[in-house]
Amino acid sequence: MAIKKVKDFFKKVFSGLFKNKKDIKLGFYGPPNAGKTSLANRICKDFTGEEIGSVSKVPHETRSVQFKEKVEISYQGKSMTFKMIDTPGIATRVDYEDFLKYKVNKKEAKIRAKEATQGIIESIKWLDDMDVVVIVLDATENPYNQVNITIIGNLVAREIPVLIVANKSDLRKASIKKIEEAFPEYTVLGMSAKYGKNLDKFYEEIFKISKKSK
Amino acid sequence: MANKNSKNKKIKGFSIRFMPYSEIKHLDSTQRIRRVLEIVFNNYILIIQGRLKPEEETRLIEDTMAMIGHVKDFKGIELAVLGSDEKRGAIDRLKNRLVVGLSGGDLGAVTIIGPASIVKEIKRDPKKIELMLNK
Repeated sequence: MAIKKVKDFFKKVFSGLFKNKKDIKLGFYGPPNAGKTSLANRICKDFTGEEIGSVSKVPHETRSVQFKEKVEISYQGKSMTFKMIDTPGIATRVDYEDFLKYKVNKKEAKIRAKEATQGIIESIKWLDDMDVVVIVLDATENPYNQVNITIIGNLVAREIPVLIVANKSDLRKASIKKIEEAFPEYTVLGMSAKYGKNLDKFYEEIFKISKKSK
Repeated sequence: MANKNSKNKKIKGFSIRFMPYSEIKHLDSTQRIRRVLEIVFNNYILIIQGRLKPEEETRLIEDTMAMIGHVKDFKGIELAVLGSDEKRGAIDRLKNRLVVGLSGGDLGAVTIIGPASIVKEIKRDPKKIELMLNK
């Protein structure tokens, strides 16, 4: 009996200690080709020297969930450790013929389409496990895409803090204002993952919302 | 949009089905999604009074993704929701959520779901919805 009590005491003390040290799971979500991997790469490269995944102009380049453990982000004297989770872009349709215009042959296009559908399912399954989510949107595209609204709706239902990044702000067609109007209840940060524009502000916002995570 | 080539291309036939919210109100999420998919697989463009829950929308995406490659010519769906509490002030949104809670669903919203083989794109911008069909 006494041994059990001692064991329970140590278990409680140690689990409490490790709970505080748990890495924050930071997910990158959004539609295909919005720049999720480009942004995740830039952060990983800055703090670990390594990238998380490959990028391409062909949609659905990321077709399985990719991780980078123990990414310690330091910003203005503070630091937080994250598990970075880059997810495949979520779409409601996948047609192998769409890949043919990127000079992908038919066989490869069919394989890519199949992997893309599996990647989308995997992305959705991972929603439950996130602590904080960055929604990466292409600022040159119409933000009223139902996929964006559906992902955000799910995160709200799960009480997961959200930051919206309006990526590709370096492009002439980009409209951060349009994204702000579409999601007035959220912080929208204009960025260019390609050129590293507004990264400081990004880290500031990530630190802010990470404190809200359960 | 008419253009020079449009004379030579025929728009494939399509049908629209309207579903009042009362038809799915009593169903659980699995039954609700099954009902929606039955209609979409029969090549109907479905207009639902109200909207699905966010988790039902993701489930719908998951289920349709799992069927691509297994159901002939199926490429997924196009989905759009015109919500009733968008672009309103905080108090109006709160009131609307109260009404939604009491009525059991957002009856002021409209959901459009169509098979991607028929619906090329649904454009929402932001108060109107445009359906672009495949030729």
